[in-house]
Amino acid sequence: MERVVDPLAKKPSALRAYSETIAFVVMVVALGVAPFFTYPLFLMQAMCFALFACAFNLLIGYVGLLSFGHALYFGWASYLSAYAAKVWGLTPELAILTGTATAAICGLLAGSLAIRRQGIYFAMITLALAQMMYFFALQAKFTGGEDGIQAVPRGYLFGLIDLRNEMAMYAVVLVIFLAGFTFIYRIIHSPFGEVLKAIRENEARATSLGYKTDRYKLVAFVLSATLAGVAGATKAIVLQLASLTDVNWPMSGEVVLMTLVGGLGTIFGPMVGAFVILVMQFKLAPIGEWVLVIQGAIFVACVLLFRRGIVGELANKLRIRL
Amino acid sequence: MRKTLGLAALAAVLACGGASAQQVNIKIGVLSDMSSLYADIGGPGSVAAAKMAIADFTKDNPNVKVELISGDHQNKPDIGSQIANQWFDVDKVDLIIDTPNSGVALAVSQVASQKNKIFIVSGAAASDLTGPKCNANTIHWTYDTWMLANGTGTAIVKTGGDTWFFLTSDYAFGHALERDTMAAVEKAGGKVVGKVRHPLNTNDFSSFLLQAQSSKAKVIGLANAGGDTINSIKQAAEFGIVKGGQSLAGLLVFASDVAALGLPTAQGLVLTETWYWDMNDVNRAWTKRWQQERQGKFPTMIHAGVYAGITHYLKAAVALKGNVSDGKAVVAQMKSMPTDDPLFGKGTIRADGRKVHPAYLFEVKKPAESKYPGDFYKVRATIPADEAFRPLKEGNCPLVTG
Amino acid sequence: MVEIFGIPSQALFGQLLIGLINGSFYALLSLGLAVIFGMLNIINFSHGAQYMMGAFAAYLLLQYSGLGYWPALIIAPILVGITGVIVERLFLQWLYKLDHLYGLLLTFGLALILEGVARNYFGSAGLPYTVPESLQGGRNLGFMFLPNYRAWVIVASLAVCFGTWFVIERTRLGAYLRAATENPTLVRAFGINVPRMITLTYGFGVALAAFAGVMAAPIYNVSPQMGSELIIVVFAVVVIGGMGSILGAILTGFGLGVIEGLTKVFFPEASNTVIFVIMAIVLLVRPAGLFGRRG
Repeated sequence: MERVVDPLAKKPSALRAYSETIAFVVMVVALGVAPFFTYPLFLMQAMCFALFACAFNLLIGYVGLLSFGHALYFGWASYLSAYAAKVWGLTPELAILTGTATAAICGLLAGSLAIRRQGIYFAMITLALAQMMYFFALQAKFTGGEDGIQAVPRGYLFGLIDLRNEMAMYAVVLVIFLAGFTFIYRIIHSPFGEVLKAIRENEARATSLGYKTDRYKLVAFVLSATLAGVAGATKAIVLQLASLTDVNWPMSGEVVLMTLVGGLGTIFGPMVGAFVILVMQFKLAPIGEWVLVIQGAIFVACVLLFRRGIVGELANKLRIRL
Repeated sequence: MRKTLGLAALAAVLACGGASAQQVNIKIGVLSDMSSLYADIGGPGSVAAAKMAIADFTKDNPNVKVELISGDHQNKPDIGSQIANQWFDVDKVDLIIDTPNSGVALAVSQVASQKNKIFIVSGAAASDLTGPKCNANTIHWTYDTWMLANGTGTAIVKTGGDTWFFLTSDYAFGHALERDTMAAVEKAGGKVVGKVRHPLNTNDFSSFLLQAQSSKAKVIGLANAGGDTINSIKQAAEFGIVKGGQSLAGLLVFASDVAALGLPTAQGLVLTETWYWDMNDVNRAWTKRWQQERQGKFPTMIHAGVYAGITHYLKAAVALKGNVSDGKAVVAQMKSMPTDDPLFGKGTIRADGRKVHPAYLFEVKKPAESKYPGDFYKVRATIPADEAFRPLKEGNCPLVTG
Repeated sequence: MVEIFGIPSQALFGQLLIGLINGSFYALLSLGLAVIFGMLNIINFSHGAQYMMGAFAAYLLLQYSGLGYWPALIIAPILVGITGVIVERLFLQWLYKLDHLYGLLLTFGLALILEGVARNYFGSAGLPYTVPESLQGGRNLGFMFLPNYRAWVIVASLAVCFGTWFVIERTRLGAYLRAATENPTLVRAFGINVPRMITLTYGFGVALAAFAGVMAAPIYNVSPQMGSELIIVVFAVVVIGGMGSILGAILTGFGLGVIEGLTKVFFPEASNTVIFVIMAIVLLVRPAGLFGRRG
């Protein structure tokens, strides 16, 4: 991620005003040229996780709600998307929409239960609901249990463009990622986003100002779940499979870790965190025994030493917004 | 991702006096679960077995140079498929082997077929790999669910256990195991008197065990795996089920599970495997070598399958004069040659990719009968190769039915 | 024979009893969580891992110092409790001023570390541990065969649970504890060392988890992942009961064990989800939990 850092450090004044725009342009360019230097499949997967983390961050970073069950939306969207593409033979964009809709519905149901409690209870409830839906996924016939849904066809986008071509697929994922990313950015900077931040800072005060905070929280929850669903549904098409890994609780933990490492409540943090964690997972594959321990240690280190995360610390040092 | 290990390179260069011996370069990847649930049955032990196979083969064939890498799929199909893609595309791996966890194995099998490379499964159980989801690039070596179900089901009915009650893990894998075992039991003249489906990762089995107990079935079939199997056996011992005259049949139990239970708890358990380290002198000698890398552990049939699979693959590679870039051609060559290795003896690979060899019904010894560490089993029956695996025609493999 | 919904009533008694045994573990674990939460305002995500540590400590004591089940039942919780004290001093004490969520995240990280280390050293299949000789066998109660060990589990966990409740609700020490939760500064003004009390409370909560772990070792698979699945269910139990009251945590634990036990008879496929469903219903009807204050 040095690419984001270095050119910025030189010109501090222009940087303050346009830091987010510059970072965004750098990100787009970097992702645009990256497939010519790195393995595209890895990048596509990383973008899916980055979007997932961004969606999660919308909730923790801007409403202050820690959902410990976001694997539910990611995983179920990926199942439905895979199922729609494979069994119903839908085109990829419709399959992704099917998955996304599933996540939205799940988010609405789980969200309306979970926002009845706050703080740690909220985290525990989302975790418990996600675990319940994991068991459903395990037992349901259509998910294929431990085998998952395999050999999902990538199909033809709009019935025309063959996505078996790696670069075509890459372009689609890039567009989806950027669209999701921009959408989240717009939400945060909209009046609606301001209310969310007000709730995060002081819910009682927001209520007394006349805002129906529960309704805002629910909308934010559903949005976050839906976007997590977009990420999951896309990932199923890219990797051509949907599996239990994506609905199980360690996945919920992983997205928390990505966001924490990158920086809670920063725009670019979750994306950076997702890339860092994924690269780590692949680099560490030969010493697989220690992956779990290292992840745990990163959690502990982040909480104790740099709670702002990579991007948060950086932005703080340079006194810019990222 | 790469633990490179150059082998016999020098020897190959120095020994190329004979112009007939062509230089053969091969790259093999052991893709396994190094860290979690299946690390004991596959994992680092599979890497050790692969090293042994390569060392043994290159000793006799100095013109063959084999590079070995290994990776950890962490039981996640997406990571498995990602590593497989990268190995085939970037690292130019010719063969991927092992891969416990059916979900990962099915994903990797798919990748191997797309890239026209080779995948030899030793660690995964799903019989679909040589059934509806078979392909011309995948070989399934050691065992599968159908063989376990059939072996245990048939053999136990023949030795008098003719009424069954199933304790089934409530998901696709458990259902398949239950279905196949039921078919075998009924075909052999036995009767299924009841079953109960328990959720995966159940802690407390007492409730289900009481139901099994009151069914008065002679045999309780455990159509589950891993921690669930261990928990049900442990608690069956506590409730005195085996002492009460009922016997337990494990449908997917490995030597490492028996070690986890300890003989006092596991005694009397009946199970099927295709290889056991203490069967004969050859296996014992092999185990001794294997233990130089894996001290204090005992190899499973999966480790043996990795050794045998690599050995047979290298033979085929030499027969093709090192021309291994076309995966389908290599697999066809492997199918056309009879297999012969020290661990599984003589055998064949069928058109659907299924390697066939005999299987054995074992019974876990009583603590008093066990004379040294690892002395777990006594053989109750041998299932000949032609009966051990699912008949070719019943698998619905497109390669067979066309 | 009398039948209820097609199940002989005798079998039903048996299942009720078994549910109660199952509930013992929920009660012990949710009690530990409630004690810690009451004092530290932290949800201890590593509770499951510490339960696992208790079972592993029992195994190691047997393996390396020849100490059997009974000494382990005392020593293992003390040892694991001491690690808890260290964890509190090293890590948790820095978090009290921050949002409670950081405590959750930190203990989650700790849980991953503990599970990972256990996997590296002991593999994942599990370790053997048998029922102590003095509690082997069982008796026929007429309606069921009750293994002696299970009877012991009920008795011991009831004793520990209500002992804890008594200390906290009915003794002077408990009064200090409760007061320190409400107003730490005031209690400190009375000359009581509040930070030390917090440290010891965490150690005690962790020791309770380890105690449950030792109790579980003879009957459940002793493996690195034995705690991580269980802790999520216990979280649901805690949400249902509310963490405001010690007695509430205990009663909910036992009650849900019984309900889960009955589900295993009537609808076994749903026995792993029933607690979550109950949680959803409770949230709809009584958001604060059965025994909860606001939260």
